[in-house]
Amino acid sequence: MSSEYLVEVKDLKQYFPVSTGFMKKTSLKAVDGVSFSIRPGETLGLVGESGCGKTTVGRTILRLYQPTGGEVLFDGRKVTNSNITELRKEMQMVFQDPYSSLDPRMTVEDIIGEPLDVHKLYSTRAERREKILNLMELVGLNAEHARRYAHEFSGGQRQRIGIARALAVDPRFIICDEPVSALDVSIQAQVVNMFEDLQKQLGVAYLFIAHDLLIVRHISDRIAVMYLGKIVEIADADELNDNPQHPYTISLLSAVPIPDPKITRQRKRIILQGDVPSPMHMPTGCAFRSRCRYATEQCARECPSLADRGNGHMVACWNK
Amino acid sequence: MADKNNDFKKNPFSLQVDLSRFSPSQFDLATEEEKAQQEVMSESTTFFKDGMRRLKKNPLAMMSIVVLVLIVLACVVGPMVVPYGYEEMISVNGRRDKTAKNLMPFTWSKNEQKAIDEGQKLFPHILGTDEQCRDYFVRILYGTRVSLAVGLFASIIVLIIGLLYGSVAGYAGGRVDLIMMRIVDIIYSLPDMLMVILLSVIMKETLAPLIQNTVLAGLGVNMISLFLVFALLYWVSMARLVRGQILTIKENEYILAARSIGAKPARIIRQHIIPNCLSVIIISTALQVPSAIFTESFLSFLGMGVQAPMPSLGSLANAARSGLQSYPHKLVFPAVVICLIVLSFNLLGDGLRDAFDPKLRR
Ligand SMILES: Nc1ncnc2c1ncn2[C@@H]1O[C@H](COP(=O)(O)OP(=O)(O)OP(=O)(O)O)[C@@H](O)[C@H]1O
Ligand SMILES: [Mg+2]
Repeated sequence: MSSEYLVEVKDLKQYFPVSTGFMKKTSLKAVDGVSFSIRPGETLGLVGESGCGKTTVGRTILRLYQPTGGEVLFDGRKVTNSNITELRKEMQMVFQDPYSSLDPRMTVEDIIGEPLDVHKLYSTRAERREKILNLMELVGLNAEHARRYAHEFSGGQRQRIGIARALAVDPRFIICDEPVSALDVSIQAQVVNMFEDLQKQLGVAYLFIAHDLLIVRHISDRIAVMYLGKIVEIADADELNDNPQHPYTISLLSAVPIPDPKITRQRKRIILQGDVPSPMHMPTGCAFRSRCRYATEQCARECPSLADRGNGHMVACWNK
Repeated sequence: MADKNNDFKKNPFSLQVDLSRFSPSQFDLATEEEKAQQEVMSESTTFFKDGMRRLKKNPLAMMSIVVLVLIVLACVVGPMVVPYGYEEMISVNGRRDKTAKNLMPFTWSKNEQKAIDEGQKLFPHILGTDEQCRDYFVRILYGTRVSLAVGLFASIIVLIIGLLYGSVAGYAGGRVDLIMMRIVDIIYSLPDMLMVILLSVIMKETLAPLIQNTVLAGLGVNMISLFLVFALLYWVSMARLVRGQILTIKENEYILAARSIGAKPARIIRQHIIPNCLSVIIISTALQVPSAIFTESFLSFLGMGVQAPMPSLGSLANAARSGLQSYPHKLVFPAVVICLIVLSFNLLGDGLRDAFDPKLRR
């Protein structure tokens, strides 16, 4: 059985228990009812400010954290603890920090070869080596460096090692958790372009997490905007860029630099007032209302849910 | 409409290169070779080789290795060369030589002198003899053997128990970790010397009937109770260290990455966690050896260590105490050997830590 979508996330919730003093516990709602779906070969961008729960969404989909609620369907099949090991051949992750996501005691060959070892994807040593060298070539690493240790590489090269490791099992879906935010701007472009090339060659789908709208706009087919554990707007990349609806999206877009000084001077930047509420003491109703110019009484009472405004452009706001 | 080039007019105060003076044809694309030159890679070294290289540069650590090797060689080869046993009283022509008591280094007793004058060849008493006419050099060699063996075995026991306990606590985390670490805290808070003394007294009584007529009897009750005391008390700091290491390593994203690949916990512990905390464990084991030797010497000095006639450096020092005014050299020799061993292991441990700590990379 297969559906139109490769990955479907339905009402995913992830609450972390945190202790606030002696014997007192509350839960931190890092992800609170997130739903989206991704077609085969498509890229969904996920943006939001630091701490809004983007990484947690990615890790919960992969069951690195046990979800508090909701479900994930892969290829129409529900992801459970019993089939996750098998599904790890289909879903992979590229991590945020290329410095701590590679074991310093392993050579590049062993790092890239680990998924092959775990899933026993080769029959002879020679085959293993050949696969590893192919992967290294695919991500633009020099095959002579196979015997080196991760600490001998630059940030961009390390991220390529991480990507090669994710590609080793030939997955259909890769979660890219801010894969370029730890890199220098000049190298960011190289790595982003490589992601695009790989998608063209291999047809993988991406969940591309970032806080930089410029990069997400460039690589994504659709974009989801997240604020404090909830998705506030999803739309096609162009639609979101030209016709943003949610006040938070509008303010995010107004902060994106435009490489033309004339437009930039004319443009009005919307600077958000107020502070981000703590995820441990969420306000009632809409989480964004403390910083929203359009906030009304209704926003304080009820939390708006995502509603379709035509063409799959979904917005969670009462007033817009 | 302003001239299109005006947009690129250089601000006179700007330090940027004025690009309007160049035309695009004046620029070349970088070749692949030039791009490759940007990637500077240092010579590849494994973690171990790198550490050894730095260890070799540390003169103190190298000197302690040399001293330790010499001491071990002397312990192994010495007793084969010297024709006296550690409990053998000096005899001349098959008869006990009662005059060979408390000799100074490189001297002979009256009877021995007579035998030499008659043309016999005797082996010199390099460090003299003790009050029971036994060759002191051989006794010190055997004492060193015992002390080193106690030190090494105790460290290995500590290592095994501490490693298992600490890694279970660290990896399991949560409530299991909490309970296991409270037990460690309790053991840690006991006054250890007092416990060692009490335990070895009690052990001696309860163990003696148990090990009669077994292989262990040859070792002596005291030795075994010493090991047990180490096993019961001294692993706690090792367990704490291992747990702390594992807790920090567990937080690294590469552990998460291994899980996302589908690696099982056993594989994660084997392939990622143990190799990453191994150097710290080796180093603290090296530092554990002198502390065990020190404790053994201390206990033997108090008369609770190894059993006579088997010597240990501590019991030799203790025996020398009575004749301190007339024969001070008998205290000096074992004391010097203890100092050398303890100092060498400490310096070696420090050197290992400096060489293998990735944060101290130079
Ligand atoms: N293991 C955890 N235990 C408790 N709280 C956590 C845990 N992981 C994340 N959080 C909390 O969940 C919230 C979301 O964190 P998350 O790492 O998903 O943010 P993010 O959007 O990825 O941010 P960034 O852009 O900085 O990477 C934060 O408030 C964080 O403190
Ligand atoms: Mg993150």
